[in-house]
Amino acid sequence: MPKLSDLLVPAPLRKTPKPGEAGVPTTPAPQDLKSAPPERPTDLGRTGEKALEAPMEATAWIDQRLAASGFLTGMLFRKVPKGTNWFYTLGSATLFAFIVQAVTGVFLAMFYTPSATQAYSSIAHINNDVFLGQFVHGMHKWGASVMVILIFLHMGRTFFFGAYKYPRELNWVIGVVLLILTMTMAFTGYLLPFDQRSYWASIVGININGTGPIVGPYLSDFLRAGPELGATTLSRFYAIHMLLVPGAIIALIGAHLYLVVKLGTTAPPWTKTGKPRVAEPTSDLDAGVSGNGYHPNGAGATVAGVRVDGHNGGGATA
Amino acid sequence: MKATDKQAYLEEYELLKKKGKPFFPYAVMKDSAMALIVVGVIILMSLLLGAEQGPKADPTTTTYVPRPEWYFFFLFEVLRVIKPPELVPIATIGIPTVCMVLLLLLPFYDRGPERRPERRPLATTAGILTILAMGYLTYAGATAGSPTEIDMKVAPQYKAGAEIVAGSGCLACHKLGENGNNGPGPELTHIGDRIPRAAIIRSIEIGPSIMPSFRELPKEKLNQLADFLSSLN
Ligand code: HEC
Ligand code: HEM
Repeated sequence: MPKLSDLLVPAPLRKTPKPGEAGVPTTPAPQDLKSAPPERPTDLGRTGEKALEAPMEATAWIDQRLAASGFLTGMLFRKVPKGTNWFYTLGSATLFAFIVQAVTGVFLAMFYTPSATQAYSSIAHINNDVFLGQFVHGMHKWGASVMVILIFLHMGRTFFFGAYKYPRELNWVIGVVLLILTMTMAFTGYLLPFDQRSYWASIVGININGTGPIVGPYLSDFLRAGPELGATTLSRFYAIHMLLVPGAIIALIGAHLYLVVKLGTTAPPWTKTGKPRVAEPTSDLDAGVSGNGYHPNGAGATVAGVRVDGHNGGGATA
Repeated sequence: MKATDKQAYLEEYELLKKKGKPFFPYAVMKDSAMALIVVGVIILMSLLLGAEQGPKADPTTTTYVPRPEWYFFFLFEVLRVIKPPELVPIATIGIPTVCMVLLLLLPFYDRGPERRPERRPLATTAGILTILAMGYLTYAGATAGSPTEIDMKVAPQYKAGAEIVAGSGCLACHKLGENGNNGPGPELTHIGDRIPRAAIIRSIEIGPSIMPSFRELPKEKLNQLADFLSSLN
């Protein structure tokens, strides 16, 4: 039965086994240490040992069926390129803000009633009566702004670092769709409290959609779900905000992160390989636009050795 | 990007990766620290700013200036800048759609191998200009008057109508003398001169273009409103 730590940690990163463990000769412990702990009854000790092994055995049992440990090691111990800095946390920060929205949103949904007559009072109930209700409501409300800010910062980072270029074009496209979906969440969520502000702002928002050429009137009719903004509009916005868009966002974040792991994240564009390059001036910042800056000097550099995937050396691949 | 450029990039990337550190624990530490900051900021904002409700939605009175959430201010400002009715579709749907398509297709028309921002003058300039424009439009939207009262001489019999105008958020979109915002709606300062009373009522009831319809206003208020507006000449 392989040990959990052996499954998860690739060979080069493994701790050297302690004396006494398999394959390592026991060196006698100093006298005072050896005598310090009082002997336990043997049968109790063995039960304890068994109990300690149980989670490992369970993990191994599961892994024999899922065969996921190879993937997990590849993911956790994959190398991020040299130079990776704090700007690279903006994506996971966006993800985290989304998780906050999802969790607080579930709590709000437990008390919210999407009906034109009761929506307002159910929010008042959350704010005034429910334990920590206004706090969770506030987190959801301000979390939306935080997520919008973070997603723009993350997009800015990938833009200025040129991270949308080969081979990550598709991840950029998925990102833009995520941006549109996030703004859709912001727009549809705004109506749900059903106070004066959300009511009139949503009318203007729907009318703005309505001015669009050709599809505009259909779009605004679809959003309004009737001649007036009212009960049906609210339930439609609710369904979009609660089911349709979050589902799409979760699926697309999955695809986005899959590509992040698969392709690896970029290095900041200024990072040097440390390998001398042909026609590369000494100072990068003083250099003019040089078209061949990316040609490595190794004339015979093997082409076949380069693969684009999340797994790298170090025994990570299963 | 030529095939050789692609190959060169992959090779260089492989090298940089070899010199990198494992995702766990190095990147995970940074990500976790950032996650803590994010949750901390959200909690702090919730505690400090709360989640107050406004007055209940009521189609018959508009005691609130229709204003979007701050991250849609830029869109509202575009509307203010581009006012002629025939251009409104361009402002509302046209420009945002074009921008989104340009954004979506970015990797397909910007295909050069260079990644350093200082060596991509066109892309970097465009990016910075976009940020400045968005920032300016958002700022302009945030500081635009959200007027709920009118500061002008009104004859006593039109006082009631003027108050409805002030309380109904008309000035979010219309300029009235020295009050209100110039756009997206046309100026109302001399509206009584320009169109007849019936046309004013029709506009208020229909809500042309992006203007909300106010047909739920009680008849009496509607009449007071129309009286006041048609007196403006
Ligand atoms: C969300 C912005 C908005 C709000 C709020 C708004 N309007 Fe308008 N209004 C417009 C726009 C845009 C037009 C021009 C529509 C068009 O393209 O024909 C307009 C047109 C009008 C017209 C016709 C003007 C003309 O020259 O034909 C009148 C009258 C009018 N509005 C009155 C009002 C009154 C009274 C209120 C408040 C109760 C109000 N509006 C609130 C945006 C707004
Ligand atoms: C819900 C929204 C999003 C989430 C949760 C998310 C998450 C992530 C994460 C965790 C990464 C890993 C690297 C990093 O953090 O910088 C990443 C990379 C990336 N993201 Fe996003 N992202 C989102 C939206 C976007 C948007 C709007 C864009 C651009 C339009 C985008 C484009 C990219 C690109 C190009 C990469 C690769 C960056 C690189 O390899 O350096 N993402 N994303």
